[in-house]
Amino acid sequence: MSNTSTVTKPKMSVWDGGNSPLKASYGKLMMWFFILSDALTFFALLIAYGLIRYKHPAFEGSTSEFVFSQEYWPLPEVVFNAFPGFEGVHLPLLFVVLMTFILALSSVTMVLAVEAGNRMDKDGVVKWLGWTILGGVAFLACMAWEWSHFIHGTPEGGMLLDGSIFHGATLSVNQYGPPAYAAVFFFVTGFHGLHVFSGIVLNIYVFYNAVIGTFDRRGHYEMVEKSGLYWHFVDLVWVFVFTFFYLI
Amino acid sequence: MSTLSQNINSDVHEEHEHHEENWVTKYLFTTDHKMIGKQFLITGLVWALIGGALSLIFRLQLGFPDMNLDWLRPILGEWITDSGKIDPNFYLALVTMHGTIMVFFVLTAGLSGTFSNFLIPLQIGARDMASGFMNALSYWLFFISSVIMLSSLFIETGPAAGGWVVYPPLSALPQAVPGSQLGMTLWLIAMVFFIASTLIGGINYIATIINMRTKGLSFNKLPLTIWAFFLTAIIGLLSFPVLFAAALLLVFDRSFGTSFYLSEIYIGGEALPNVGGSAVLYQHLFWFLGHPEVYIVLLPALGITSEIIATNARKPIFGYKAMIGSMLGITVLSFVVWAHHMFVSGMNPFLGSIFMFLTLIIAVPSAIKVFNYLTTLWKGNLQFTTAMLFSIGLVSFFISGGLTGIFLGNAALDIQLHDTYFVVAHFHLVMGSASFFGMMAGIYHWFPKMYGRMMDEKLGYLHFWLTFVGVYLVFFPMHYIGIAGFPRRYYSFTNFDAFSSFTDLNTFISIAAILTMSAQFIFVFNFFYSMYRGRKAPLNPWKSTTLEWTTPRVPGHGNWPGKVPVVYRWPYDYSKPGAEDDFIPQTVPYSETKSSNLPHENELIELEEEINREDEKVTEPQN
Repeated sequence: MSNTSTVTKPKMSVWDGGNSPLKASYGKLMMWFFILSDALTFFALLIAYGLIRYKHPAFEGSTSEFVFSQEYWPLPEVVFNAFPGFEGVHLPLLFVVLMTFILALSSVTMVLAVEAGNRMDKDGVVKWLGWTILGGVAFLACMAWEWSHFIHGTPEGGMLLDGSIFHGATLSVNQYGPPAYAAVFFFVTGFHGLHVFSGIVLNIYVFYNAVIGTFDRRGHYEMVEKSGLYWHFVDLVWVFVFTFFYLI
Repeated sequence: MSTLSQNINSDVHEEHEHHEENWVTKYLFTTDHKMIGKQFLITGLVWALIGGALSLIFRLQLGFPDMNLDWLRPILGEWITDSGKIDPNFYLALVTMHGTIMVFFVLTAGLSGTFSNFLIPLQIGARDMASGFMNALSYWLFFISSVIMLSSLFIETGPAAGGWVVYPPLSALPQAVPGSQLGMTLWLIAMVFFIASTLIGGINYIATIINMRTKGLSFNKLPLTIWAFFLTAIIGLLSFPVLFAAALLLVFDRSFGTSFYLSEIYIGGEALPNVGGSAVLYQHLFWFLGHPEVYIVLLPALGITSEIIATNARKPIFGYKAMIGSMLGITVLSFVVWAHHMFVSGMNPFLGSIFMFLTLIIAVPSAIKVFNYLTTLWKGNLQFTTAMLFSIGLVSFFISGGLTGIFLGNAALDIQLHDTYFVVAHFHLVMGSASFFGMMAGIYHWFPKMYGRMMDEKLGYLHFWLTFVGVYLVFFPMHYIGIAGFPRRYYSFTNFDAFSSFTDLNTFISIAAILTMSAQFIFVFNFFYSMYRGRKAPLNPWKSTTLEWTTPRVPGHGNWPGKVPVVYRWPYDYSKPGAEDDFIPQTVPYSETKSSNLPHENELIELEEEINREDEKVTEPQN
């Protein structure tokens, strides 16, 4: 991608200066290092989640016996079992699997956008980037529904320590389990949602520039690659969030 | 100027070297790395004076507990009580802000920000940073952070007062101390901006060093300063996001009713509703940044010192590769020792013994560095410039402060010494004063390149000796006080009979602190006087080998008026046997120094021709 014309000769190394040793422009390097740094933020948050969860007792017993209680950490398949349009039907984790699928699909369309960019195919970039943005928006919309369902809770609600019945969840109290449960859920998925949102904004910016032909004039579509790197990172982080919050 | 509008890898700066600049684009919203470095420097120095002044106020309280401080009321207002004493809550705010300001705003932004920005492009032969826009953004985020932190000093409930580590629950509960109200909120907001600034700066430094080195400048020809800035940026990149996460969780605990760090707390017999959190979790997250932060502060100073000691000893740095290796070792180890700050936190003692083991290993790379400094100095043709004196001062503090680190790294000893003045003495010597001396050495050494004029040597000597002696007079007695059991951050010791025999020593420390602080005004005068009235600097005042001394006296936009020079050799060819002069700049090819070449260097001549062919240019005449 770099337009330096270095020919590697015997005894000369690519690290001898005057070129891009990692075959990446500084912009792409900066994106890589930013991603590395941001990964450490999520790493810290997931460690915090792990430590807090470890402080609480787990539910011992089979899923069918499970009831919401402040005494132990709830089972995710019981908390997240709703699907829009199917009220009252027990569909464990189906909706979040759909969300994950949408986000993964948007990563695929992002790959296609980058590939089109490499071919200098403006229409391809516009088409696939458009689908990527749409996928991101759909993911956020799903998350909004999921949050809203989580916040409003179930008709039965759950019993708090003082014996009262509480429906749904806030940052300091929730019907599903110990207060920390909803707090870490809101914080970590919210922080990820914020990343998805900023990824969409970045993609819209790139989309706009692709449409008005900025990259054609510039002679390369590297900006698509850079926003692509970020988008894949956001997708990868979701895999970890999904694993730790919904599967384990 | 948007980075998006420029072609990748193209030298955008060459095109507009001579365009007219107005005051705003030249001094304020500049994208030139040299001016941004100076912005960091001036801001850092202002912060250093504020941070130092705060320490003098609490030293007055500690050294002269009966003194009437009514004369400070015009500045401090209500913080001086009716009986003429410092308000105890304000005392806590003072130590907190002194720590925060010195660690983050002076020795992180002021040191690393200044010299990374100023030196990286100049020493690697780049026209500017990879992204000038991001670089300017980094400074202005730091500036916003500074304004917010400074404004917290002036609010009614005072700035944050939970110690610079802001441990919850003290920092999380507004009822705990007045500083944990608005002051703490402002502290957290300021730190979020600060972290963003550090990260943006850091990725820029790393990308610049990897991609923008001039032809011939491989990593094993890099000056040790650049290695140090490179590794510092990597440490910052990996540790600051963890502080970011910790701070965000604290913001939620403070403002949105979560209990990440809070559990089972009683205030006045009343139980708080928070359950399920862990205060130790915060300590783990904080020190995962907090310990690497020590090396973020120290490594640039060590890099600067390596450069200055080799130049002024007129000798190659002893063990160049060992120096790089030890810095790499420190970088890796800095991430696996954090819990040695938490030996008394109630952490599992077995975990403590693991962290003790890892901590003591750090003594190895540190000792390698010290021995290499000493062996570089050994039988050198020492030039006692002010910068050299400050560098030797750094080595002295690094040794005397480092030795007590071995004490404190032992869990069994730390239980006795934890949070006493022994710790205060330790880190003020090894991290505070050593890094500060590195910063001063850097300023005295590169001032001619920054402003094109020399600083006054006589005033420099005076500044050095007063500061060097002063620092030892302040911090050495603290070891005794600490061993005697004085806890740090205590407002008053006169209430405890056991400590009354140390009152004289505390008074002595306070007097020494006042004198040392006063000596800094010699530097301030020297700095600003020399900027305008100093002797004009020659092109290479220290007869140094590195690339920045091949630029004009005051380098313009793009640094080199013609082509960027090519590098042929490592940066430490001082006093090479057979050479005409006692230094050979990096830009002199081996083909021109046949009399001093070693056998394997003669073989490199062929390679030089290749480098030249690739660079498609003739060797530039030397300045």
